[in-house]
Amino acid sequence: MGSLAQYILLYNDNRRDIDAHSAPVLNAMRPAALDALAGKELPEKGTESYEKTSVDRMFAPDYGVNINRVNIPVDVAASFKCDVPNMSTLMAFVVNDTFVPSSSLHLKLPAGVIVDSLSRAAKDYPELVAAYYGKTAPMEDTAVALNTLLVQDGVFVYIPRGVKLEKPLQLVNIFNSPADMLAVRRMLIVIEDDAEAQLLVCDHTQDSAHRYLSSQVIELTVGRNARFDLYDIEESTAKTSRYSRLFARQESGSNLLVNGMTLVGGCTRNGYDIDIMGEGCETLLAGMAIGSGEQHTDNCSNVNHRAPHCHSRQLFKYVLDDRSTGAFEGSILVTPAARFTEAYQSNRNLLASSDARMHTKPQLEIYNDDVKCSHGATTGQLDAQALFYMRTRGVSEKEARMMLMQAFMVDVIDAVRMPGLCDRLRHLVEKRFYGQQTLCADCGVTAVTQATDNSE
Amino acid sequence: MDNILLEVKNLHAGIDGKEILKGINFTMRPGEVHAIMGPNGSGKSTFSSVLAGNPAFAVTEGEVDFHGKDLLELSPEDRSHEGLFLSFQYPVEIPGVSMVNFMRAAVNEKRKYFNEPPLSASDFLKLMRQKRAVVELDNKLASRSVNEGFSGGEKKRNEIFQMAVLEPRLSILDETDSGLDIDALRIVAGGVNKLKTSDNATIVITHYQRLLDYIKPDFVHVLYKGRIVRTGGPELALELEEKGYDWIKQEVDNQ
Repeated sequence: MGSLAQYILLYNDNRRDIDAHSAPVLNAMRPAALDALAGKELPEKGTESYEKTSVDRMFAPDYGVNINRVNIPVDVAASFKCDVPNMSTLMAFVVNDTFVPSSSLHLKLPAGVIVDSLSRAAKDYPELVAAYYGKTAPMEDTAVALNTLLVQDGVFVYIPRGVKLEKPLQLVNIFNSPADMLAVRRMLIVIEDDAEAQLLVCDHTQDSAHRYLSSQVIELTVGRNARFDLYDIEESTAKTSRYSRLFARQESGSNLLVNGMTLVGGCTRNGYDIDIMGEGCETLLAGMAIGSGEQHTDNCSNVNHRAPHCHSRQLFKYVLDDRSTGAFEGSILVTPAARFTEAYQSNRNLLASSDARMHTKPQLEIYNDDVKCSHGATTGQLDAQALFYMRTRGVSEKEARMMLMQAFMVDVIDAVRMPGLCDRLRHLVEKRFYGQQTLCADCGVTAVTQATDNSE
Repeated sequence: MDNILLEVKNLHAGIDGKEILKGINFTMRPGEVHAIMGPNGSGKSTFSSVLAGNPAFAVTEGEVDFHGKDLLELSPEDRSHEGLFLSFQYPVEIPGVSMVNFMRAAVNEKRKYFNEPPLSASDFLKLMRQKRAVVELDNKLASRSVNEGFSGGEKKRNEIFQMAVLEPRLSILDETDSGLDIDALRIVAGGVNKLKTSDNATIVITHYQRLLDYIKPDFVHVLYKGRIVRTGGPELALELEEKGYDWIKQEVDNQ
């Protein structure tokens, strides 16, 4: 019996409490989710698209789920101080699985823009949320169904037609609880026609004592001629696992950038499904992973061209040290309708130790002739010539290796178009390679703010 | 034994089990310029690589004393700190590592080795400016990635620029003239001459006499089949230019 059963049991035993601490729009989807899960199992290692990562095993530990929304005090200021620069953003937090806005966030948002708890938004704007919730993430996906079954809160981001956000939004996901925990996280992001926004998400784990798992589903709609950037940085702990699924839908003329960066984590699986539905879209899907210890990072991408005259580019880079492992399974689908598509995919990996392992599987599926597509994957070691050259100039071997590994990530960082974030990332990546992990717990900030429960 | 900068005794070295250097003896004093010439495949570049500590080569026999230090015991970076510099025949391109960061790391690691504090940003920039002038290196190149997209001439100038910054006691110029047109050659050689003092020394590895018109050697050695088979003054280089290497090869092969 797989690990899914314990969660179905949990749901069946706690239906009423789950519903009571959530919103009708979210509750309405649960029966369909339960149906979708009947007879299913979570993907195991070695199955299609999950060749190196067992989702079933990620969900196997006996994690607690905070069904009754017990208030867990957490030091949000610590995360803020450690790793989030003074980048002048509009900020909010998700503590475990509960949305916590920064003070007076709603006053700083332009008229019509919503950045709020998903369950609150589902009560305040039920029609708006219902129009998008569960519409891009397919219930046939067991992880989506499980997320839908158990999710009680999340984040709702709504940028109305024509509104261009000047300041980036920032969302800090924090794990901190007195027991091992599964956080069911959900984001619903709606960027309407001609709107523009940037969102920076970072994952942190505040205590390294407990094991955590985040089950995250992001549903994203980018309207006609809209522009949206999503930067997603994971800097958690070796005991934190992450299963994240992004489903994006791009309408004509839209421009989408998604950049996922795994700096520190335990077992990470990120799935990116981007459906390009309208003509003339631009899509950049980038990612990096820096692995050390026993860390495992798996990225799986599906960029689906369903309309003509669109450009997409994928760039994923891994640097794996120690006994860390990485996997990349990326595909480009070009449907018969998607003529004049230009789609490129590149996966380049550096193995910094003889025990590190990388698995890469690039795929192209093309169903018409008028396309320009390419994919490439390389896995190699640090350039011995370059290392020697640097050492003859007096740069120590360790330092030279660090410099070369950082240099390897430069193009993923350069793909960032949020002011200030490039420099910040360079710094974070440098610190990461030098082993100076800036865990929130280490920063010494003692002020504790009480997380407030927004789901009522 | 006073005042000897480099002493190589019976040096044997090779790569992948194949012996290339078969007993090199070689002595240098401060202020001297030595040219090492020889036909292709004679071991010239192997000699420079072994002196600089390239881990691809294995030393199987012999010893090298560098102003009182056992050179072969030192890592490449410590050899650099102790004053050894190798100008590469093919300088390596390092995409993503800027010249500025590279040189800052080089300068400050050397300072750390001698227990000195890192240079301040302004002192470092001043140093860069000063040293760029030695080889007329464009400021634009300094802001780019190391050697990436540099022309052949720019790469060699960049080598001499780094040499100027690091102020080595012994510089080994490995085929610095290859790929240079006459103007670039003049600038590079001019840079080397500007850096010459009575305290430092230079080994010039070259195929051709041409470079030696600009960098005047005190001694010329001919390397063949992994050994120094002949040593003479500057006139030996002229003789080689005129007669080629065949006569030396025959002499050696007939022994």
